[in-house]
Amino acid sequence: MARSSLTLGPSLAERARRPSALVARNFFVQVRAVPYVWASGLLEPILYLLSIGIGIGHLVGKVPGPGGALVPYAAFVAPGLLATSAMNGAIYECTTNIFAKLHWAKLYDAVVATPLGPTDIAVAEVGFATFRCFLYAGVFLATMAALGDVRSWWAIMCLPAATLVGAAFASAGFAASCFMRSWTDFDKVQMVAMPLFLFSATFYPLSELPRWLQLVVEALPLYPGVALCRQFSLGHPSASAFGYIIYLSVLALLAGEVSRRRVTKLLTP
Amino acid sequence: MSTGTRVSARGLRKSFGDFTAVDGIDFEVRAGEVFGFLGPNGAGKSSTMRMVGATSERTGGELSVLGLDPSHDGATIRSRLGVVPQEDNLDLELSVSDNLFVYGRYFGIPRRELRARIVDLLHFARLSERATEKVDNLSGGMKRRLTIARGLVNEPELILLDEPTTGLDPQARHLLWDRLYSLKQSGVTLVLTTHYMDEAEQLCDRLVVMDKGHIIAAGSPRELVDRYATKEVVELRFPAGEARRALEEVDGLARRVEALADRVFLYTDDGDETAEEVAHSGLRPTSTLVRRASLEDVFMTLTGRQLDD
Ligand SMILES: Nc1ncnc2c1ncn2[C@@H]1O[C@H](COP(=O)(O)OP(=O)(O)OP(=O)(O)O)[C@@H](O)[C@H]1O
Ligand SMILES: [Mg+2]
Repeated sequence: MARSSLTLGPSLAERARRPSALVARNFFVQVRAVPYVWASGLLEPILYLLSIGIGIGHLVGKVPGPGGALVPYAAFVAPGLLATSAMNGAIYECTTNIFAKLHWAKLYDAVVATPLGPTDIAVAEVGFATFRCFLYAGVFLATMAALGDVRSWWAIMCLPAATLVGAAFASAGFAASCFMRSWTDFDKVQMVAMPLFLFSATFYPLSELPRWLQLVVEALPLYPGVALCRQFSLGHPSASAFGYIIYLSVLALLAGEVSRRRVTKLLTP
Repeated sequence: MSTGTRVSARGLRKSFGDFTAVDGIDFEVRAGEVFGFLGPNGAGKSSTMRMVGATSERTGGELSVLGLDPSHDGATIRSRLGVVPQEDNLDLELSVSDNLFVYGRYFGIPRRELRARIVDLLHFARLSERATEKVDNLSGGMKRRLTIARGLVNEPELILLDEPTTGLDPQARHLLWDRLYSLKQSGVTLVLTTHYMDEAEQLCDRLVVMDKGHIIAAGSPRELVDRYATKEVVELRFPAGEARRALEEVDGLARRVEALADRVFLYTDDGDETAEEVAHSGLRPTSTLVRRASLEDVFMTLTGRQLDD
């Protein structure tokens, strides 16, 4: 028929509208039904910031930051916690939640019967999780500033950096959720996230480690986020930032593509 | 494709790995009619519905829905379709009316417009009083009614109902038939699957019987009964397990005989006469029933099974 051959596909506005309808649904549910989820997601990293930064900071004194200058331990560890909270926020939003919506609530089975398709769902969920990381990062950064852990105006760049960390881990989490078969599989997610948190140069400078271990840490997906946030919050941006940004962007895009394919298979068999 | 056709399928196939669920079926749904898919479990009804609903890519053959190809214009097709899936998949985190609201937003329906429609739809589903309740608290039948109402939120031209009345009480079923009938009156085309013969007979203008991925018969309910069944049926009940034995004894008393575990069916043009002959044969069924042949008998004849097997 003439009509279908003349159609150039959905307009850009329509393409943006579809995922945003699902994002709106998530806000609707979360803001109304579970405000404490938002509060706890925010509170946890801030408690870390207070306990580790202030408590341990007093014992440790100063450590070498990017560029080699000594900085107070609290200011050193805060950007690491910022990146970690972005990772955790994304994983929280994009693993068990997604799995439940896929296999238990069958939410997406209903959604794919509307103009939204599997790709819209992936975009919406990763986008929503990323936005949440952005909000958390904003509050976290403000708290850092209030505690005196921010050393330069470059720190404002921590916000997009943490958001990028969120996007990368939200994509990865979504992709992983599409492969999960049962709830016990989620223990594996924690088995990955916990060592990343502990070993991505979050708590001590990379220079403390032997060279071979440094290479391992640098390859970990949380490391670029930690390094990026630290450069910015301490006011020492360097060329390596570009490498980190590329690393995180590639991770986000690859995981996004895996998510898109896998969720299409699952939802439209 | 003519303008009076809403769905047309030719050689439509769907495979899952090595398994072929729908094996080359042809059918055409005309504008304004109620079209039914009948068939036992696993016949391929839902798989067909999903392909028509543009949520499952066909493996082969041709398919046109509302004049469009689901492979290319899936989203456009879905925007004009109402879908009631076999299994309720309501949004468990939302209230009754929010389910309709959020679902309507997926279609891009403006908020104000949507609020007006929701009032009507809640009334339609007889759930106005429960509007603010979580859907989890609803009974199975109420969830079903809400799922059906949800499928109407975008004022679809074509509605796909996969076993719409399964789980409804008789009163709710009849109410739904009325509603579906009035939708049909307003010019909407309906495609439904069902295991209920009375439902198919009441609602469907035309239907196809599917078995193992094939269409084994097609026509209006009356045509099918005329073609595949006799005018009347004598149904003999036996204690479970004894019907097969009785089958041999009644052989020859009717045009055709069939047996389930506890029943024997004698297909005949004169039920009373045949019942008489059975009585004289010395056979002692626990009960004897003479009735007009129905779609159920067509189904028995065609598949050797009952529909809800
Ligand atoms: N996603 C899938 N993957 C593999 N096999 C499938 C899938 N969906 C359906 N099938 C198989 O295809 C066949 C037809 O299934 P379908 O759901 O279409 O039957 P149906 O006629 O709707 O049956 P019912 O009356 O029980 O609803 C079944 O054997 C089923 O196991
Ligand atoms: Mg089915």
